[in-house]
Amino acid sequence: MSFENIFGVAGTALNAQITRMNATASNLANAGSVASTEKEAFRAKRPVFKALMDAQQANAGAPYVGGVKVDRIEDDPAPARRVSDPTNPLADKDGYVYKSNVSEVTEMVEMMAAALSYQNNVEVINTARQLMMRTLDITKA
Amino acid sequence: MKLLDNAFGIHEQALRVRTTRLETIGRNIANADTPNYKARDIDFKAVLNRTVQTDSQMVATQANHMTRGDMTQPDGMKFRVPFNTAFDGNTVESSVEQANYGRAAADYQATLNFLENRVSSIRRALKGD
Repeated sequence: MSFENIFGVAGTALNAQITRMNATASNLANAGSVASTEKEAFRAKRPVFKALMDAQQANAGAPYVGGVKVDRIEDDPAPARRVSDPTNPLADKDGYVYKSNVSEVTEMVEMMAAALSYQNNVEVINTARQLMMRTLDITKA
Repeated sequence: MKLLDNAFGIHEQALRVRTTRLETIGRNIANADTPNYKARDIDFKAVLNRTVQTDSQMVATQANHMTRGDMTQPDGMKFRVPFNTAFDGNTVESSVEQANYGRAAADYQATLNFLENRVSSIRRALKGD
């Protein structure tokens, strides 16, 4: 129960949000990719977060009580778009290719949400740091 | 040395509880996007009372005694009741947590001010000028 814990908790959140931002960047980069079967088509990746609860922490002996971690990365379940493009070398025998199911709009929203959460946690660290420095100054009072 | 035995009074414990509160709210903000996470907060009064244990307070000595507040956990933690519910079962509302964190930081500084005053007055007393 000290300031180190606050820094640790906010740090795990920064990590998780960066992972989310990375996933978004990867999704956007692969938005235009095509494949010849629906199975091979690129699907948007979504990280799922999980809280690190106190009990697990105590057992695991981890340094931070109650942060957040990336539990798993899931594929977006939306179907891949099937587009007729007979001249494409990847087209199947009927002349169709399968585009990724990435929605640019969703990814932009996801990116903004991740950036805001990141900023929130930076503020938490900043405030905690200021309070800690003031506490150290108590001897000069 | 009566002067230095209890030099900081209640503020010593208060500072500790305030740090824990900051940490709890920090944890809520960290888990703002975690599915099924329930935001928590500290019942400052309850925790401080337990820390200080004054005689004049009513104390629940049995497990079935009633306490105020309906969702208090044994460690003085309470679950926050959200204004809106989210689809993923998360009850953290960023704006509420931000406001509470600001308030908690101000409270911490207030306690710190009291402590600084104590330190400087003790120092003056020791110097004798």
